[in-house]
Amino acid sequence: MIEFILNGQPVSTDLPADTPLLWAIRDGFGLSGTKYGCGMGLCGACTVHLEGNAVRSCSTPLSAVAGKQVGTIESLGEARVGAAVQAAWQKLDVVQCGYCQSGQIMSAVALLRANPKPDDGDIDAAMGGNLCRCATYVRIRAAIHEAARSLA
Amino acid sequence: MEHRITMNDSIRIENLSRRDFLKQGGGLTLALVLPGVAAAAGAGPGIAGTAPVVSGDFSPNAFVRIGSDDTVTVIAKHLEMGQGTYTGLATLVAEELDADWSRVVVEGAPADAGRYNNLFWGPAQGTGGSTAIANSFMQLRQAGAAARAMLVTAAAARWQVSAGDIVVRDGVLSHAASGRSARFGELAEAAAGLPVPAAPMLKDPSAFRLIGRHLPRKDSLAKTTGKAMFTQDVRLPGMLVAVVAHAPRFGAAVRAVGDARTRALPGVVEVVRIPSGVAVLARDTWSARKGRDALEIEWDESAAWRGSSDALYARYRELAATAGAVARREGDAEAELGKAATVIEAEFMLPFLAHAAMEPMNCVIRLDKEGCEVWNGEQFQTGDQHALAALFGLKPEQVRLNMLYAGGSFGRRANPHSDYLLEAGQIVKAIDGRAPVKLVWMREDDMRAGHYRPLYLHRIRAALDRAGRPLAWSQRIVGQSIITGTAFESVMVKDGIDATSVEGATNLPYAVPNLQVELHTTNAEVKVPVQWWRSVGSSHTGFATEVFLDELAAAAGTDPVDYRLALLEAHPRHAAVLRLVADKAGWKTPLAPREGVRRGRGVALHESFNTIVAQVAEVSLTADGSYTVDRVVCALDCGVAVNPDVIRAQMEGGIGFALTAALAGEITFDDGKVVQSNFHDYTMLRINQMPKIEVHIVPSAEKPTGVGEPGVPPLAPALVNALFAAGGKRIRRLPIGDQLKA
Repeated sequence: MIEFILNGQPVSTDLPADTPLLWAIRDGFGLSGTKYGCGMGLCGACTVHLEGNAVRSCSTPLSAVAGKQVGTIESLGEARVGAAVQAAWQKLDVVQCGYCQSGQIMSAVALLRANPKPDDGDIDAAMGGNLCRCATYVRIRAAIHEAARSLA
Repeated sequence: MEHRITMNDSIRIENLSRRDFLKQGGGLTLALVLPGVAAAAGAGPGIAGTAPVVSGDFSPNAFVRIGSDDTVTVIAKHLEMGQGTYTGLATLVAEELDADWSRVVVEGAPADAGRYNNLFWGPAQGTGGSTAIANSFMQLRQAGAAARAMLVTAAAARWQVSAGDIVVRDGVLSHAASGRSARFGELAEAAAGLPVPAAPMLKDPSAFRLIGRHLPRKDSLAKTTGKAMFTQDVRLPGMLVAVVAHAPRFGAAVRAVGDARTRALPGVVEVVRIPSGVAVLARDTWSARKGRDALEIEWDESAAWRGSSDALYARYRELAATAGAVARREGDAEAELGKAATVIEAEFMLPFLAHAAMEPMNCVIRLDKEGCEVWNGEQFQTGDQHALAALFGLKPEQVRLNMLYAGGSFGRRANPHSDYLLEAGQIVKAIDGRAPVKLVWMREDDMRAGHYRPLYLHRIRAALDRAGRPLAWSQRIVGQSIITGTAFESVMVKDGIDATSVEGATNLPYAVPNLQVELHTTNAEVKVPVQWWRSVGSSHTGFATEVFLDELAAAAGTDPVDYRLALLEAHPRHAAVLRLVADKAGWKTPLAPREGVRRGRGVALHESFNTIVAQVAEVSLTADGSYTVDRVVCALDCGVAVNPDVIRAQMEGGIGFALTAALAGEITFDDGKVVQSNFHDYTMLRINQMPKIEVHIVPSAEKPTGVGEPGVPPLAPALVNALFAAGGKRIRRLPIGDQLKA
């Protein structure tokens, strides 16, 4: 039995301790906003917040989150930075297929919480682990700047 | 031309090519299904036709429903896979309806080719070939206009005023003289009782209020909040998740399975053999994956294909030295080449490419007493209905398809063999339909499943006159045919020529008096499953022709833009796009020097899917052969720009997609095995590699053409031409990889 805090709620699961957090979130707790893309921490589609930091949930075993705070896209809009990033994404119509965008947004929020005024190099460093096959990168960059302005 | 579809176990579609359809104006032929009386529309469309029409709603035709709460629901017959078609289709309806954009919602259409066929594909329903807006442009405007006319008639009757005095704007009808007004919802029920006008008046384009303007995308909210529903997200009561062990080589089969370790794992429910391998069914995805990995399988590889990419290039080079089937012949290119003083020759090599959509292929199927129900990012309804019907012994209409958002496709989800759907169906069949099944491919399954953009080799020779203009052009293309062996073969393969193998070469826009294009099709010896990949034939012909054009310009000592323009007198739209991109890129102005790098610009121009796109790439090249792509300026002519911002997004995305292929994208074979497996060895473009992009749209009143694919072809040649201009060597093989390193 592993217990942790998921989107502010205490949860527990009987899934084996080596189960990736991704599959516990999706299949165990029924939150499908966090996506499977590669299973190897290469694409970032599964990005969630662990104690506020962006992590790849496909490569994070359940055992590593025991007693900790896990946040997913589903609860993001409740916080100021999350809502600002989502609003910027909507304003600039960043999305295309949308499958990677939960992960993109989770990474962007973690970036802006740590660095409220990122420059392009900061964005490259923070977002380099999030692939977008539709290549919405031009707008992701612009939306992060937009969100930073709206939060300033 | 007669379009016919025969309902045998394998479907057969007879019609013209996409291009021919446009030429004959087939896109203007309406296939609106309008019941005589709106109220007779019956169970109106919802997702898969399951959403019943609520009393008081108004559902005048197959494409629009107006609720008493003022919601305007547009039923989209095309798959939203990122290209923005839900927004585009809704724009067409909302424009003629004069709807309030903020009250418009979009629903995916059910599989029903009678109502939702792609007008460019005859009676087949599906999305592809950048046709969604082009084939729907008049159809959905008609649908919106019919609904508007009925609302106006209802208002005129209620208010006892002349219909001609009623104004409609943003979802509100008003009559100035009497001061009366009503929202759509207040009139929906009354309008639903009226006959549908057969030929409602359409707006003059000068009156457009939505088309051509910026409108927010309809899928932004769902896709930024994690609420958008993809196939991967479907959960049904009692559903099992299937992960499959696939053969290590194409053509191999299971000889023996050891599944004791798998069956001992918690969560694993079943292990079944299917034609493509062994499926493990479990209560959840991770258990299925662990179960799959624990299988011990002995494969029979006696019939397996064991080729390699290097050997294919060598074999294709031999074939390119011999005459192929003639796809186009103007004049006598060989005669001119034989006597010309200057002959330029080059060979181009392009690898297999995976679509690698972010959502790996997947599918949910449930058998029920009515037949079967499918949840899928559904791109080719008619083909998939027939394939699954044949598998299950059902009628096609008993296969009910729920079209969900697709997490990318780039062509992959319109598989002409219904490959992953049939695999899911075979698993359901193997368990006698006892549970709904979600088939989930792991990234490695997706990467190694084949259905790639084929590997191609081109050999081009040109003879130049004294002024350096091409007198003759002979191009030989060698590769697998995508269409051979599919339902489209009888239409699109003529005299041994698959039109998609040579498109972009046979319609070379440049004035060349002696032009010959030949094709060697290698399907008899190469057993790699192949498929259309964003921009299809133009993904390789665009590269070969536009790099070669640059070589001719260099040989002639002429500026690459001027060289092309001189050959485009017969194609003013191409010339206009090229002039626009050159102007916006500052082509004649030298690039600002940068310390330690050599900078260069390259240009390319290519028409695909009736849309003309030109791009100028700017690069910085360092002495060690590393380089950056700094900026890409793009100009295009796609006719009426229905949603300019979506068009810009498709150009941005097309450029990024093409950059992945140009920089490093490559599926290679070694002894029949796919070398790559995941994103560490099939490396995709990341944000730090994305150039600045500018998009410029030529204003046009011509009917709209596609934008999902045409942004792809010009990028790689523009980039390669820029690297050459920066002093790098001439690249003729993709991906560029480390070819510029010493």
